[in-house]
Amino acid sequence: MVKMTGAKALIESLKRQKVEVVFGIPGGAVLPIYDVLYDSDMKHILMRHEQCAAHASDGYARASGKVGVCMATSGPGATNLVTGIANAYMDSSPIVALTGNVPRAFIGKDAFQETDIVGVTTPITKCNFQIKNAKEISKIVNTAFYVASTGRPGPVLIDLPKDTQTEVDDIEFDDGISLRGYKPNIEPHPLQIDKAVKLLVQAEKPVVIAGGGVITSRASQELLALAELLIAPIATTLMGKGSIPENHPLSLGMLGMHGTITANKIVPEADVLLAVGTRFSDRSTGKVETFCRDAKIIHIDIDAAEVGKNIRPHVPIVADAKLALKAIYDRLIKSFNKKERSLWMKRIQEQKKQQAEMENKDGMTPPHLLVELRKILPQDAIITTEVGQNQMWSALYLKTYKPRTFISSGGLGTMGFGFPASLGAKVACPDVPVLDIAGDGSFIMTEQDLATSVSWKIPVTVIVLNNSVLGMVAQWQRMFYNRRYSAIDLGKIPDFVKLAEAYGAQGIRVGSPEEFVKAVKMAMKSEVTTVIDVPISSEQNVFPMVPPGAEIDKIMIG
Amino acid sequence: MAMTREGKTYIVSAIVEHKPGVLYSVSNMFRRRGFNIETITVGASEQKDLARLTVTIKGDERMVEQVVKQLQKLIDVVKVSILDPESTVTRELALVKISTLDTKVRSDVINYTEIFKGHVVDVAHDSLVVEITGDSDKINAFIELMKPFGLKEVARTGITALSRGMRSARME
Repeated sequence: MVKMTGAKALIESLKRQKVEVVFGIPGGAVLPIYDVLYDSDMKHILMRHEQCAAHASDGYARASGKVGVCMATSGPGATNLVTGIANAYMDSSPIVALTGNVPRAFIGKDAFQETDIVGVTTPITKCNFQIKNAKEISKIVNTAFYVASTGRPGPVLIDLPKDTQTEVDDIEFDDGISLRGYKPNIEPHPLQIDKAVKLLVQAEKPVVIAGGGVITSRASQELLALAELLIAPIATTLMGKGSIPENHPLSLGMLGMHGTITANKIVPEADVLLAVGTRFSDRSTGKVETFCRDAKIIHIDIDAAEVGKNIRPHVPIVADAKLALKAIYDRLIKSFNKKERSLWMKRIQEQKKQQAEMENKDGMTPPHLLVELRKILPQDAIITTEVGQNQMWSALYLKTYKPRTFISSGGLGTMGFGFPASLGAKVACPDVPVLDIAGDGSFIMTEQDLATSVSWKIPVTVIVLNNSVLGMVAQWQRMFYNRRYSAIDLGKIPDFVKLAEAYGAQGIRVGSPEEFVKAVKMAMKSEVTTVIDVPISSEQNVFPMVPPGAEIDKIMIG
Repeated sequence: MAMTREGKTYIVSAIVEHKPGVLYSVSNMFRRRGFNIETITVGASEQKDLARLTVTIKGDERMVEQVVKQLQKLIDVVKVSILDPESTVTRELALVKISTLDTKVRSDVINYTEIFKGHVVDVAHDSLVVEITGDSDKINAFIELMKPFGLKEVARTGITALSRGMRSARME
């Protein structure tokens, strides 16, 4: 036991969790913590908006697989974290958010900068805590990291009233946690594995859907081994992008509203569907009532509440994806003779060929530019995206080869996520190029953190697909609202080159695919963040598209 | 309180951490997911630091399965079970205030209270408060019976429940 303040106990506890970096902004209610940081070797990156601190910690977590940490003061500092926390919750990203609060005696009195952040974040965290005394800080930090990183990962918030930070007490550090109500089930039930094996052995047209859970559980190898054994093609969700190399012959690309034609045509033809680490979101399934209605569905997910929530599977398997896939593989490899699937594979090849013929990629169009971009990026380059057309073009046309190299706001769909997330990813992986594929509308939402990237020397590349409109909204108004364009025109402002330069970053405007490629090459070598302004037509739609609520094979292509 | 909803009534019994904020996270989950609570009761259980929460909901099997899973997902919820009405003891308590200006009414109310095995717990010169315990149907019947006499106020606890015999929803 050592006598110290709660603030010191917090930083020591974070170090014991091997935290390397905290993304945050100080303020009145966290002054004691920042005073400890003053002479601590803990790295703290000063962000320019708390939302970006949360997104940066999320990007750090997704790129590294470790828990990201963000910190803010009470009141507005804490509420500014909320979007980032909700984003991490929807995409199962492990972050720990630390907030200060008013001293204990003022809680509930509506004191200056008091917010009930525990109440606010209850529905968007796995769990949250308000510290009652300095003594319990260590144990609560351990518990928070354990909950955030195990089972289905997600955000946890710890709220520290200011006087618990200054309180001096005998602090005991142990690695204990206290949780009776949290025991994630990771081992698959053998009987369920039997049932899954039985279905897969009989399958004539098996298909796999890989979600973000495959990446979280590091199950890519197990998934590919099983798919190759079964000769089963794999479609991914947006969150599952990168779980398998998209140049693999069995890869169908992304499924769903903006999925590839191949994935959206092949998945509904499956007779056995193996869905791994996915929650069957509406964006993936289209009309859920008829989704794969003729298929026998095996659903592997570590979160029991996801199994049966949107789709009722024939074989539910509540377990870690890696262990479940390995268990199925180990059973099959003994008994299963590689089936002749020439017809099924031929059907898939045909569909892929048809897709390739329909893709028209040239000029200053995002599909063309993204294909060209991929050619000059190393395989381990990390791509983050904003939300909207930029995101769907990236998902469709920028092939991903490795897990954790495609980072996007899937569930919440947060415009402004990609740029701060790219900063977090770059901090986690300083040796690989990190690029944010942005739209002008999204980038504007968090662009102030160019200041962070320049002052902390976190060089990333921001590619602004600049159509001067809120592109996805414009697309929906064009397609479903008779071209009645309402509140989508952003004008040609700001001048992104000047904006970048104002922050001390590099700005380049390109007018042709050749200039684009040249600019990206230059940006990747630059020691300072580069914003590449790519003017594109405001009339371009993202296709293919499945209209909302339609079955996923009802594809519009233009 | 919830709107009436089609379907069967289910009784969900949960053992939860007995600390501030737990009822909030449970009720918030119900609101968030659109599950309607018919009744909810909570109080200390036989185990230290754990409380027993009893919720009745109307719905179908699939909805109840989601309710149980979403409850189990909450970190402060330790154990959840659905109680089978066939093998469950359920009780509710009601306090019923009746205006008794007239002595005939007063003696009638007292008679009915005895028939229903209730107790008169407060006597004023113009009113009585009756405590009545039992399943919800019995309480409904008593309240109906009191209406013509001048029913003034009713306070009901909602259902609490335990499984019969040794079947238990206990944290081992």
